[in-house]
Amino acid sequence: MSVVVEGPEAGNRLQAARATVDRVVDRARVRRRRVTVLIGLALTTVVLVSLCVGDFAVPLRRIVPVLLGHGDAGSIFIVQSIRLPRILTGVLVGVALGYSGCIFQNVVRNPLASPDILGITAGASLAAVFLITNRSIPFFDIDPQGGLPAILPVAAFIGALGTALLMYGLAFKGGGVSSARLILIGIAVGETLFALTAFMLSRAQLLEAAYGELWLTGSLNARGWESVVPLAIASLVLLPAAHLLANSLRGLQLGEEMSAGIGVRVQWSKFALLIVGVALAGVAVAASGPIAFVAFVAGPIALRLVGGSGPLLLQAGLVGATVVAVADLLGRVALSSTEIPVGIITSLVGVPFLLWLLVQRGRAGIAG
Amino acid sequence: MIRAPRRTSQRWSWLILGLLAALVVLAFVVALSLGIGAKPIPLVDVFDALIRPDRRDIDHVVVFSLRGARTAVGLLAGLALGLAGTLMQGVTRNPLADPGLLGVSAGAALGIVLAIGVFGITGVDGYLWFAFAGAAAGGLVVYAIGSLGREGATPVKLALAGAAVGALLGSVVTLLLLRDINTFAVFQKVWLVGSLSGRNGEVVAHVWPFIVVGSISALLAGRLLNAMSMGDDVARSLGQRVGLARAWCAFSVVLLAGAATAAAGPIAFVGLAVPHLARVVVGPDYRWILAYSAVMAPILLLSADIVGRVVARPGEIGVGVMTALVGAPFFIVLVRRRKLPDL
Repeated sequence: MSVVVEGPEAGNRLQAARATVDRVVDRARVRRRRVTVLIGLALTTVVLVSLCVGDFAVPLRRIVPVLLGHGDAGSIFIVQSIRLPRILTGVLVGVALGYSGCIFQNVVRNPLASPDILGITAGASLAAVFLITNRSIPFFDIDPQGGLPAILPVAAFIGALGTALLMYGLAFKGGGVSSARLILIGIAVGETLFALTAFMLSRAQLLEAAYGELWLTGSLNARGWESVVPLAIASLVLLPAAHLLANSLRGLQLGEEMSAGIGVRVQWSKFALLIVGVALAGVAVAASGPIAFVAFVAGPIALRLVGGSGPLLLQAGLVGATVVAVADLLGRVALSSTEIPVGIITSLVGVPFLLWLLVQRGRAGIAG
Repeated sequence: MIRAPRRTSQRWSWLILGLLAALVVLAFVVALSLGIGAKPIPLVDVFDALIRPDRRDIDHVVVFSLRGARTAVGLLAGLALGLAGTLMQGVTRNPLADPGLLGVSAGAALGIVLAIGVFGITGVDGYLWFAFAGAAAGGLVVYAIGSLGREGATPVKLALAGAAVGALLGSVVTLLLLRDINTFAVFQKVWLVGSLSGRNGEVVAHVWPFIVVGSISALLAGRLLNAMSMGDDVARSLGQRVGLARAWCAFSVVLLAGAATAAAGPIAFVGLAVPHLARVVVGPDYRWILAYSAVMAPILLLSADIVGRVVARPGEIGVGVMTALVGAPFFIVLVRRRKLPDL
């Protein structure tokens, strides 16, 4: 029921309404900033603790001097050459996966559409498992430490990028790609690659199959500076690119037709964003293997912590990094005899947290 | 009673004709599945064996005791996965949902790993109940978690909870496997790729009641899914009890996908792709999507199994791999050619 009001009273009401809207927007902005800082603090704490903890413990107050190169040679070696690169790899992988998942979930507008569930990383997995289970082919030489083939990260990256281009190419029709077609083609391509990977594993020698399974789990074991450098370079290029495109991402959330209506160049933005998302997923998978669940979980967790509506790239990246860092720390210290691969722990860390957020009263209405 | 408008009734007769044609194709594929193998048997003899079984004729014995059980498992698993996939996509209103999303496959895998690692079981019959128990437990946990909170089981919560619990169970499986190489060795051979080989009459006898009950309750759910596809509010205003409808569908999915996974191992693609295939053919009415999925899924599964037997002679490639290889090109062509209904 509406009452027509005229005169000065109408102006007053309008002003009051405006003030209310401004207050709500302000409160949302403050909350977003506060949550972002809190996630950042949590991540910093985990990283510092990770640097200290291990078979060779370094006290927390000594960690900054040791990082700067003061202290005994043993501590400096362990922290600077072993723990720091490993932790940085984990953090950068987490950031990349968080951004990538957030991009995919928003562009495709589906909470399940993270690069791992959509099958983008299936191409990387297939390439890696092929190399691991066909090590007798001389070209794919094993690296001197007797671990995985040295060419593996490159192959995994190319596998991810190739899969994405194949999906996009097959879904391209009539001058564009609709989300519906992209999802369906993604399903078909991804499932085929998954099936081939499982087939190779089932036919391989036992130890090679176990190696393959381990790689598919995702691990940060023995990652050094050679893993950090490509990740850092890629992040420097891709993360700002993702933010630059974030405005058009905001347009895409309204739906394709409406975005086109308000002047977002839908096809171009979508393609550029997906390429950035794929490249991020690709460099992450190349460094650590397809760590499960991080890309999928980072966006929804960030959304439920911050409230309101996405896309929350930075927050998703921070959540992803925190999940990986916590999981790696737990994996290193949980069993004294051996370490548990980070990919196993990520879901043990992420699942309870996501479920808790899901069932929390009063917040359940927020769209995924 | 109001008569349906002419165009609708015409459309219905086309859809019924199409369904009958699909059934004929299915019968043909079943006959091929009985006839093709290490010892090829002409289709004439296959029909002869079906109509006038003769225990002294070696061909008839092959058709019945060896290929019969295998074909029956394929038929049942296909039916179950097609229906379960349709239900899952309808309930979560998500085109990326598959029967495994309810934690069913991951739960079954955990059951198998426990059966091998803890109880030392090595036969397909023995795994069956562990897989089924694991699948049921996984499904129940996902549904219980998805329905916590004020609003009960919303589609988004179910989808997220399903993916999350699936990932958690998957991690536990990987952890157990990587810490015990002997269990991994058995798991690698029997469970990594879904397969119909070595499935005997016992397996059929164990799973058919679950799949029949699940299929009937799934086929009855078409109206519920139609109402829910318009959103919870519309469904409620049409007088539907949304929570009850969801629980009904989830229960059917656990029965169907649990039994199928227990019988044939993890088979991807069928539950995910066949509902889309059916939707492209028949449009958005879930009653027809269910009916078509129920026929198209066994066609795909059995064809894939036949191809897997033929291409790798004298061995065979598991049907879990072949479904994607056989189905994907066909699926992609169809998705590209047709104008897609909204997902």
